[in-house]
Amino acid sequence: MSARLLVAGGTVVDPVAGTVGPADVRIDDGRIAAVGPSGALGEDARVLDARGLLVLPGLIDAHVHLREPGYEYKETIATGVRAALAGGFTAVACMANTNPVNDSGAVTQFILDRAAAAGGARVHPIGAVSVGLAGEQLAEFGEMQRAGIVAVSDDGVPVMDAGLMRRALEYARLFDLPVVVHEEDRHLAAGGVMHEGLVSLRLGLRGVPAAAEEVMVARDLALAELTGGRLHVAHVSTAGSVALIRAARARGVRVTAEATPHHLFLTDEAVAGYDTNAKMAPPLRPRSDVDALRAAVADGTIEVIATDHAPHHRDEKDVEFEAAANGVIGLETALPLGLRLVAEGVLDLPTLAARLTVGPARVLGLPGGTLAPGAPGDLTLVDPERRWRVDPRELRSRSRNTPFAGWEMTGRAVVVLVGGRVVHEEERPLAALRSAS
Amino acid sequence: MAFTQRHLLGLEGVPAEEIGAILDTAASFKEISERDIKKVPTLRGKTVINLFYEPSTRTRTSFEIAAKRLSADAVNITASTSSTTKGETLADTARNLEAMRPDAIVVRHPAAGACHFLAQHVSCPIVNAGDGCHEHPTQALLDLLTVRERCGRIAGLTVAIVGDLLHSRVGRSNLHALRALGARVRLVGPPTLLPREFEALGAELHTRLADGVRGADVVMMLRIQRERQSGHFFPSLDEYSQYYCLTEEVVRLAQPNVIILHPGPLNRGLEIASEVADGPYSVIMSQVTNGVAVRMAILYLLIARSKAEDAAEIEEAAEPPRRRGGGRA
Repeated sequence: MSARLLVAGGTVVDPVAGTVGPADVRIDDGRIAAVGPSGALGEDARVLDARGLLVLPGLIDAHVHLREPGYEYKETIATGVRAALAGGFTAVACMANTNPVNDSGAVTQFILDRAAAAGGARVHPIGAVSVGLAGEQLAEFGEMQRAGIVAVSDDGVPVMDAGLMRRALEYARLFDLPVVVHEEDRHLAAGGVMHEGLVSLRLGLRGVPAAAEEVMVARDLALAELTGGRLHVAHVSTAGSVALIRAARARGVRVTAEATPHHLFLTDEAVAGYDTNAKMAPPLRPRSDVDALRAAVADGTIEVIATDHAPHHRDEKDVEFEAAANGVIGLETALPLGLRLVAEGVLDLPTLAARLTVGPARVLGLPGGTLAPGAPGDLTLVDPERRWRVDPRELRSRSRNTPFAGWEMTGRAVVVLVGGRVVHEEERPLAALRSAS
Repeated sequence: MAFTQRHLLGLEGVPAEEIGAILDTAASFKEISERDIKKVPTLRGKTVINLFYEPSTRTRTSFEIAAKRLSADAVNITASTSSTTKGETLADTARNLEAMRPDAIVVRHPAAGACHFLAQHVSCPIVNAGDGCHEHPTQALLDLLTVRERCGRIAGLTVAIVGDLLHSRVGRSNLHALRALGARVRLVGPPTLLPREFEALGAELHTRLADGVRGADVVMMLRIQRERQSGHFFPSLDEYSQYYCLTEEVVRLAQPNVIILHPGPLNRGLEIASEVADGPYSVIMSQVTNGVAVRMAILYLLIARSKAEDAAEIEEAAEPPRRRGGGRA
């Protein structure tokens, strides 16, 4: 491994300073050493030509499902990492709803061992809030943190017991772990398979009202206020949740929030025709919610864009809508969709970069996400002009359940560095697409 | 005649002219059922599969008789979704049926969208005989035929649909078709079963039975499902019937020449009083008769259309290439 590397000639996007401009980035011994004007950072390093490319701190996805252990037919840590790198992510935080559930130091260690064997992106496990995700008894946060978790969450199985959630928020303070919450009241959502509204009525599908999310967000904000715990609201999907979070933050509640690319681009109309790749929890909502989420991502009420990458086998999606599994993959489409938000004027490039780097790094307490000297030498180099079409067959994930099949994208990660080492480079066939456009 | 549908998956979005074409065809087929020999050779050599994942006597029998009166071979398959959990997926069932080369598949399934799903997996026409809480288009068509016969028109009529609108596929199909044909539609039921979003589909909403029925030309009663009690939609069947059972007293609020429809089977004394169900304004038996005619019309129109399409494709494939090239020049 070359000890000194100069990423030269690129356009550096600094999410902390909020700037975009020509600069070189020097990485020494796997860590950022300096960012400076072209030619000023010394000649003694190996040079990586970044001309024509955007240089960002390595992207971090705070919310993925890697499915291993237990559901390797959907995804493995190795295939998930490959998908992450192809999408420009140098780090991912993986949820605990594996089999066995990641509710112990042993499972956390297993995940980290598999990630080390896979190589490439950094994998940060998230531990369960409750043993077996059963919502009955706290999992051992301390043991899991010693093994390497960065947060706790019962994602996928909302914690209905308010008493348990109160103690989780309180106890997590001992370890300064954020409690990541999937907000969906199971009684209100019972049997629902999409957003409750005009579209669900027309299709004859049972709906999940926006209130199913909002009553839980309101509850947990009150509990965070009561306990002083750190609450991170996963995949916010409604305008009402945004308003609750904004108001709570204003009165000093320790709350952060994330939105997914699919909730920022798709509405419940996508379900018309019973497309099972438009089925997820929380469900796609109407346009007014999408607009509220976009505004919240722009103004920082939502400081994280996370994919909720949820691979499912074809057989789990090629069924009747109500029988289909919840969730979509997202690692390989998140960055170009983010760039589309920039192109549409929703937010500027440094703000987008912040939502994908320093935002999640702060929530999860990770050292990455910035270009500060001493930060990990993780960089994502993006060709902002690269045009490509989403073909599910070409994705690196083991699963194909994307709602964005056929979408024309502009922009793509072409070189990814982790610890100063190139771990991913776009292959030729995709480069050829550039001339085809 | 304007009929362009490949399948009959629902009535939402089907234009008025096409609904009219189905009703006209059905009206012309009614006479066949009055003959001594109730059979015409129209669909001889055609195979219709009735694939029913829910118990049904009336609808399945009606489709079977319709196919047979047109000389098609009708095959009934009674499947259960519980048995498919250990066995075959709907996609696999579709592929297997497809391989047997049916000319149409009539499907009833407890999942909304199951007919759309099948239509994506097979090439022959799919007829929706009820999919979950989505649509039941042939029931609505037979209701429309009955209304048109009795009232002479549909445009301008005031039609009250009463009951569990939230879960009713019959209600949805009727709402779409009645609106397309220019009727004024009132939906009547308890607030728990009457989502406000129905207004966006052009309906007028009423929670009081008397308000909904007052001045109506047509009252369509929906069957109440006993299992809805467990979903907290209403406290008890007894209380439901106190507020929403169609009695003679309520019928008197409607137009004097009102007609009463019900898709059956009846819950006598629950959503409809026996005196009303058996009364002079009840057209329930006409609905059943018209059901056969409407289903004959649908099978005929869909199969004839897909046959015409196949013929066009064959003709096209047989054309010598130079003629096509000539066409372009």
